Amino acid sequence: MNCIIIDDEATARAIIGQLCANVKNLNIVGEFPNAIQAIKYLNQNEVDLIFLDIHMPDFTGFDFIQTLKNPPKIILTTSDSKFAIQAFEYDCIVDYLVKPITQERFQKAINKAESFRINDKEPSTSDYEVAASGNDLYVNIDRRLIKIDVSSIYLVEAKGDYILIKTEDKNYTVHSTLKKIEDKLPESLFLKVHRSFIINIKKIIDIEDNSVLIKKDVIPVSRSNRQELMKRLNLL
Amino acid sequence: MEKPNISYITSMSGGDTVFEQKLIAIIKEEFPTEKEEYLKNFNNHNFKDAAANVHKLKHKISILGLEKSYDIAVAFEHNLLEGITDLNSEFESILNNITNYLQQL
Repeated sequence: MNCIIIDDEATARAIIGQLCANVKNLNIVGEFPNAIQAIKYLNQNEVDLIFLDIHMPDFTGFDFIQTLKNPPKIILTTSDSKFAIQAFEYDCIVDYLVKPITQERFQKAINKAESFRINDKEPSTSDYEVAASGNDLYVNIDRRLIKIDVSSIYLVEAKGDYILIKTEDKNYTVHSTLKKIEDKLPESLFLKVHRSFIINIKKIIDIEDNSVLIKKDVIPVSRSNRQELMKRLNLL
Repeated sequence: MEKPNISYITSMSGGDTVFEQKLIAIIKEEFPTEKEEYLKNFNNHNFKDAAANVHKLKHKISILGLEKSYDIAVAFEHNLLEGITDLNSEFESILNNITNYLQQL
């Protein structure tokens, strides 16, 4: 099996590499310190198995999985056992290894991976997600990773289980929550002005009583958020 | 305080001493950076980032066979996410213990 290792810790990559070296028919074809580099590699190459760390900066292991259209088999490697239940919600995850990993436990995981058939299911429509990296926001729609320049976003609106992200060029409907995207957006640019709206304060055209005009959208400002909004504006 | 050891490294190396030395060299290189990053974040009260640093350091603590220290690190990581810092001095002692050990290797 051709495999890759994704882990932001060099020590972990070295250990998994050694564990792999002790197993027959397991070839490491790539090692990556972050998910973005791995995504670039996987856009050009196919692998049979991924050793994936869950806890990585910017992109977690789960964020990464959701970007894959046809994920290969995945063995999660982590220092936490608390994600185990979440892990097995994914068909592609065949095992969950808690660090430090012993050779015996590693071998069991490989045996499991070998016994699993490749899952060729059509991608489900439930795999939508948002994740931020630097000045960009990555939106996963149909397991495709779409990059949005954060500064181009002027409005985010909650719509039930979805959020509508409006940018200068295009709108995106993403299965996520306002709270989640609020955590990913820079505080210096964005402000939640209402329980259903986050605005880019640089894009405000005018403010009237309890509403703001952004592009052609009139957005309500709740009483509790008005004071913070006024504080953030450069008032004459 | 419990003493670090390389039992795990020797057990998983399969007798490959070249690998053992390579791994120790990686830990020696990576650990001080992670420790420094943790101290910087903690001292700047960036407790969420400090918790992420503790998370990564936990692996090295466990590799070096420090079981009690690992439990402290687990609790401390959790506490930091809540903004609770009272295990810091114990955690820094663990880091210093590892620093001293790595210098002897």
